[in-house]
Amino acid sequence: MEEFVLEMKDITKDFPGVRALDNVSFKVRPGEIHALCGENGAGKSTLMKILSGVYPVGTYTGEIYINGELQSYNNIRESENAGIAIINQELSVIKQMTIGENIFLGNEPTNLGVVIDWGRLYSETKLWLKEVGLQVSPETKVGKLGVGQQQMIEIAKALSKKAKILILDEPTAALTESEVDTLFSILKNLQANGVTCIYISHKLGEVMEIADTVTILRDGQMITTLPIKETTENQIISMMVGRELSERFPRIEHSFGEVILEVEDYQAFAPENSERPILKNINFNVREGEILGIAGLMGAGRSELVMSIFGGLAGSHSGRIVIDGKPVKINSPEDAIKNGLSLITEDRKRYGLILKHDVKKNLTLANLPNLCNWGCINFNEEVKISQKFVDLLQIKTPTVETKVNNLSGGNQQKVVLGKWLMTKPKVLIMDEPTRGIDVGAKFEIYNIMNKLKQEGVAIIMVSSELPEILGMSDRILVMHNGTINGEFMHDEADQEKIMLAATGGK
Amino acid sequence: MNKIETPVIQREENFWRRLSFKIDIRAYTMVFALIGIWIIFTIFTGGKFLTPRNLSNLSRQMSITAVLAIGMVMVIVATHIDLSVGSVLGLTGGLAAILQVWYRVPTVWAILAALALGTILGIWHGYWVAYHNVPAFIVTLSGLMAYRGMLLGAAKGLTIAPMEPDFKIISSGYLNGIPGIVLTVVVIGAIIIGRFRSRATKIKYGFEVRSFTLELLITLFYCGLIALATYVLYQYEGIPYPVILVLFLTAVFSFITNNTKFGRQVYAMGGNVEAARLSGINVRRRTVMIFLLSGLLASIAGVITTARLNAATITAGQGAELDAVASCVIGGTSLLGGIGSIPGAILGALVMASLDNGMSMMNTEAFWQQIIKGFVLLFAVWVDFKTKKK
Repeated sequence: MEEFVLEMKDITKDFPGVRALDNVSFKVRPGEIHALCGENGAGKSTLMKILSGVYPVGTYTGEIYINGELQSYNNIRESENAGIAIINQELSVIKQMTIGENIFLGNEPTNLGVVIDWGRLYSETKLWLKEVGLQVSPETKVGKLGVGQQQMIEIAKALSKKAKILILDEPTAALTESEVDTLFSILKNLQANGVTCIYISHKLGEVMEIADTVTILRDGQMITTLPIKETTENQIISMMVGRELSERFPRIEHSFGEVILEVEDYQAFAPENSERPILKNINFNVREGEILGIAGLMGAGRSELVMSIFGGLAGSHSGRIVIDGKPVKINSPEDAIKNGLSLITEDRKRYGLILKHDVKKNLTLANLPNLCNWGCINFNEEVKISQKFVDLLQIKTPTVETKVNNLSGGNQQKVVLGKWLMTKPKVLIMDEPTRGIDVGAKFEIYNIMNKLKQEGVAIIMVSSELPEILGMSDRILVMHNGTINGEFMHDEADQEKIMLAATGGK
Repeated sequence: MNKIETPVIQREENFWRRLSFKIDIRAYTMVFALIGIWIIFTIFTGGKFLTPRNLSNLSRQMSITAVLAIGMVMVIVATHIDLSVGSVLGLTGGLAAILQVWYRVPTVWAILAALALGTILGIWHGYWVAYHNVPAFIVTLSGLMAYRGMLLGAAKGLTIAPMEPDFKIISSGYLNGIPGIVLTVVVIGAIIIGRFRSRATKIKYGFEVRSFTLELLITLFYCGLIALATYVLYQYEGIPYPVILVLFLTAVFSFITNNTKFGRQVYAMGGNVEAARLSGINVRRRTVMIFLLSGLLASIAGVITTARLNAATITAGQGAELDAVASCVIGGTSLLGGIGSIPGAILGALVMASLDNGMSMMNTEAFWQQIIKGFVLLFAVWVDFKTKKK
């Protein structure tokens, strides 16, 4: 009989009205990197929350065995004691504290049980930092580190608690390419030291690269577990969505119209230091019906560029912006909207949505002036137009009065999209339009982009996913270090050329 | 994007679910709590609590906190706080009294001066919060201290009295006889016309509406309540002026917060200020406006206070800011912003005033009153939190 470090047997978990997990069995061999794939809502997070004790024993049915022993956790601490650590997409480090304080939070080494032994704390921290390949002082404040390094701190914290099974939920969502490489080499290293890893990701390229085994969930059911060598990316996708996606990127060819937006000699300076330029020598244009992709590594200034053009960035800027042949001044998002720009920001929860308000209020937020007579909102028009966009974008929501918080990520993203389409933009800027949403919803968003393209809307798409950039853009700009370092038509571009330009090469 | 067929809105819930969907359950817990409090006091005072005379007093007592709470709701919804309203109340009420008693300024001008001062102080707060990013807590705490000092200085530590009869009447007057009945009838008529016109428009849009009978019953229920309240107040002297003022302000500001672009944008800012800003909302200007309104309302409360006491005292409005915050919170306003309603805050003010009034009638000692009010606040928020989670 095969040996498993972790066995979850016949797990069923019900939420009011929904069966989140239906008789799922999940087995992990010791020392492997086991990828868990599935669309949003497939039940990955629920399964992991059961494993890590967020949902205590009794709230689900089924059994969990670790090294053959039946487990029953009442809380997270008990699962930690059993050697399970989870590192969530949203990091839980405390930025104001030092690395050492973070790693030993709640576990501080003490003298006489009260006084913290700082010497021991920091010397042990040093050892753990070495383990994850970080060369920084243990007394550095975590807030000073990049996101990638903060994630390493979380891993180090997990290891310090003697974690044997490490769960990583979308660990690379906010990492640069090089940070991803570092993460992977650390995971390999941990694997060699006998740590088992459960790896949840939407990025199948990474799954193919790092994982040994993959388990696919769909609609709360376990579809299959396969060695990674016996499968392909497309096969995994079709098992996740339960259908063959003939094309992941439904590009359509379409002739472009006039130049609609022109940016000339654009510069912008950091808000906190007006001497330090964050964008320099930016020149580009975009035409009606064109999708302009902006690629680049994290920190290259892509989000800053679109945010600054949209008037949403503090700090001074200079240069010319011409829309529809007329030079315009944009000093606030209000100006930008008036001039026909829309910006779908990168982090929808932070910058895009009011989670505690309903779908209707979120959809109409940028378009209120057009729904008002004498400053008073016409509620009937509001419901009507909201319903129109819910239908148009196929937003899955019970009513337009449902709180956005209750929708899935993909549907939330569609609400943001709907909000901006309602303003009838000439230029739609999308910053990471498909981050953190499942394959099916991605495909729908691509189709909407195509439809807009046919209607003559110019789209600027910032994306960290190269396949998306290559698959959807008509033309691609590559940014490096605050400036544009390469421009390609889509048929002459490939991953290597873009990466070269993104890393500063010519 | 314009070629879409007419949307179909389908809701297949049954009658009761639809009804409960329309009812804000949390608001109604507070209504039940209020009824409970009233029943308890009625029992303990041998029925004296529910006499027309006492209910009339109660409604006048709540008016000052209620006016402050109206402004506070908007401030809290926008994630800020206004701790200065008690001192603004004192200072503006003091200004009105000083102008009238010492300089013989007619009532109208004294009141306008007080309101102007309240507005200016509100703009001052808003300016620091919006344009210099100083936390509202600090800006208005500074106001709380400073304006009390200004009042002390301006009034030379004295109680300034007496006011002219036409000033006093703002708090002590009653609308009775034919005019009061006309007002009640007009309000009831407006409610009936408003509700059925809104229903007709909804039908025109093809939206689902309540059945005619249900709509009629609900409308009759509200109108009946208003008629009953008028009847009870008429059993004593009539409708107190400050009550009319509070109801008027409640109606106006409920409309502003619910139905106007400004109101919606304030809620959006409170829900997520970054998302609001990036949706083209001028967050700074709205912030100044919110504090302006709060200052203005505090000065209205100041005028009522001076009228009620027939004097300006140097302690007028001390601690009133906390009563206002408590009313908002009891009425369901979230300190995290983005959620809250003005009728809720009025209900909260009524709860607080009922506790004060009832316990005074029972001759509860002052210290007990404070202790009990403190724990009621805690309990109310806990209940609110519990019911919200479900």
